[in-house]
Amino acid sequence: MLIDINDLQFTWPGNPRPTLNIPSFSLTQGERLFLHGPSGSGKSTLLSLLTGIHLAQSGSIRILGQNLAQLSGTKRDRFRADHLGYVFQQFNLLSYLSVLDNVLLPCQFSQLRTQRAGNPKMQALHLLDRLDLHRHLHQPVNALSVGQQQRVALARALIGAPEILIADEPTSALDAERRGAFIELLFECAAEHGTAILLVSHDPQLATQFDRSVNLPTLNHAAMEAEDA
Amino acid sequence: MHKIAFKSLLNRKLTVALSILTVALSVLLLIGVERLRTEARNSFSNTVSGTDLIIGARTGSVQLLLYSVFRVGNATNSIGWDSYQKWAKDERVEWTIPVSLGDSHKGFPVLGTSTDYFKHLKYAEDQHLQLAQGKVFSRTHEAVLGANVAKKSGYLLGGKIVLSHGSGEGAMSEHADQPFTIVGILAPTGTPVDDTVHVSLDGLTAIHEGWESGSASLLSTAGVLAADENRAVPLPVTITAFYVGLKSRTSLFGYQRAVNQYREETLMAIMPGVALSELWQLMKIAEQALLVVSGFVMIIGLLGMLTALLTGLNERRREMAILRSVGARAWQIFVLVMGETLLLVGVGIAAGVSLLYLILVTFRPVLREFYGMSIAINPPSSAELLMLLATLIAGALIGAVPAWRAYRMSLSDGLSQQS
Repeated sequence: MLIDINDLQFTWPGNPRPTLNIPSFSLTQGERLFLHGPSGSGKSTLLSLLTGIHLAQSGSIRILGQNLAQLSGTKRDRFRADHLGYVFQQFNLLSYLSVLDNVLLPCQFSQLRTQRAGNPKMQALHLLDRLDLHRHLHQPVNALSVGQQQRVALARALIGAPEILIADEPTSALDAERRGAFIELLFECAAEHGTAILLVSHDPQLATQFDRSVNLPTLNHAAMEAEDA
Repeated sequence: MHKIAFKSLLNRKLTVALSILTVALSVLLLIGVERLRTEARNSFSNTVSGTDLIIGARTGSVQLLLYSVFRVGNATNSIGWDSYQKWAKDERVEWTIPVSLGDSHKGFPVLGTSTDYFKHLKYAEDQHLQLAQGKVFSRTHEAVLGANVAKKSGYLLGGKIVLSHGSGEGAMSEHADQPFTIVGILAPTGTPVDDTVHVSLDGLTAIHEGWESGSASLLSTAGVLAADENRAVPLPVTITAFYVGLKSRTSLFGYQRAVNQYREETLMAIMPGVALSELWQLMKIAEQALLVVSGFVMIIGLLGMLTALLTGLNERRREMAILRSVGARAWQIFVLVMGETLLLVGVGIAAGVSLLYLILVTFRPVLREFYGMSIAINPPSSAELLMLLATLIAGALIGAVPAWRAYRMSLSDGLSQQS
């Protein structure tokens, strides 16, 4: 089990009601899971818990069998660097680094991923080639199109073969035709590295391409309670 | 990690350059003021060397020092020639230099003295006066010019000058009937000697003959007493002050006490070093005010940098979130921002100090030429190093503020979308 959530409850400080109340959720090896999360369903909160930025007040999140609550802040950071790839909605790249250096960033913070990549630069070049970006290696990041930027972010999330890739609305900045193609590419590259995918989006149309689809408002009992109230 | 930090800095080069410039200019001011202060002190202290006592009419010791050595202000009283003779002949005395002031030439003070002046007066570290051209005066109407006087007025050896009664540019009447011939020009010393016209005591006596209460009598305006080298000049009645060199420093206090208790005339003997330190006491307030002001400029500079850093931080939330998403620890974000500030302050300090030395090297010839100020180019003193260290520490304290904010922000924002 890559992700295993049990009786998770999280309340933001100063909030009377919990934002998250998830009795059970899991992600298995190599799985491609679509998590449908309309705004206000606790999507960002869940992601900050899964990435170990925040800790739940009760219940547990286990990633690769490791209970995140038992790790110190710095160890959670290292754990994230080793095992998680992350793709933002947009503006994924550091504008002052080259395309290649952006892809190599995770290897600066994780020895494990550097080891797994073998020769990080070779793997980065391979990934960029695979994502049809080999002609843009030395271009300034800002000169790339949004779609190209998202593909660079994808290469960065996959370098060093982390077990899990979390993508937060990665296609929302892309137009409709490009979305499908991006997801295809995401699947192919992730499969090559044996990386499982957890993609969160408010757009239910994407769900069709995935192994499994989960509706966050159903999963999160806190949201239902809030709606009832 | 430092590669990322460096590229991130390069990405914000305008802000970074301005921050460095702010720190550099503050450092320049702070160290420059300190340098100026010590150089001014050195230059003052260099003026008298090897003189044990200065004796004049009773007044404030600082005042006596100022008018007898620095030609600043006027003597309130003079001392009698016989008093000078008595104390100069004391067995403890090795040499004396009589000094008579009050006249001027085109704003330069005229100093009447004996040839002992050129033999015994020392400046800086026991250096004797040197003649650049010509010789020491030997006749009544001969003058030896300080280096600056010759340079600014363009006088050459053999030229004739006329002295004026009183001092300053607006000196009153001229002793036009008795011109002096320039026989010597001194080498530059960086002391008030450079701005002085030296004549013999006899010369001064000669031009004042027939003068009563500050204006010329008919006798002198009629040219009756005009320059005549063969005419016997009477001994001076009074002089302004005299410098004393003793045979042994052990007799210093005894001799000084004896002079101060002299019953025939109220005299005062001062040690130049002691009077100088009294002068420093007086100047301390002004010096400290300058230092405080430059200290405040430094604080303002650092606060300006803090403002720039904090403003920049909001624009960099995106950057922090990306770094966190690829695995940067929260403490690494702290170190990143802290290191950045320390680097800015460090480079600013280095730039400020370099700028100071550049200015010193560039303007040294100008200062020497036009102001007779000789500035030594020394490595930073321990006081200056301490100031630089304090700046670095203040920079570190100030840098901790945005670093801590970035740390807190990266903990709370995490990977959430901030642009």
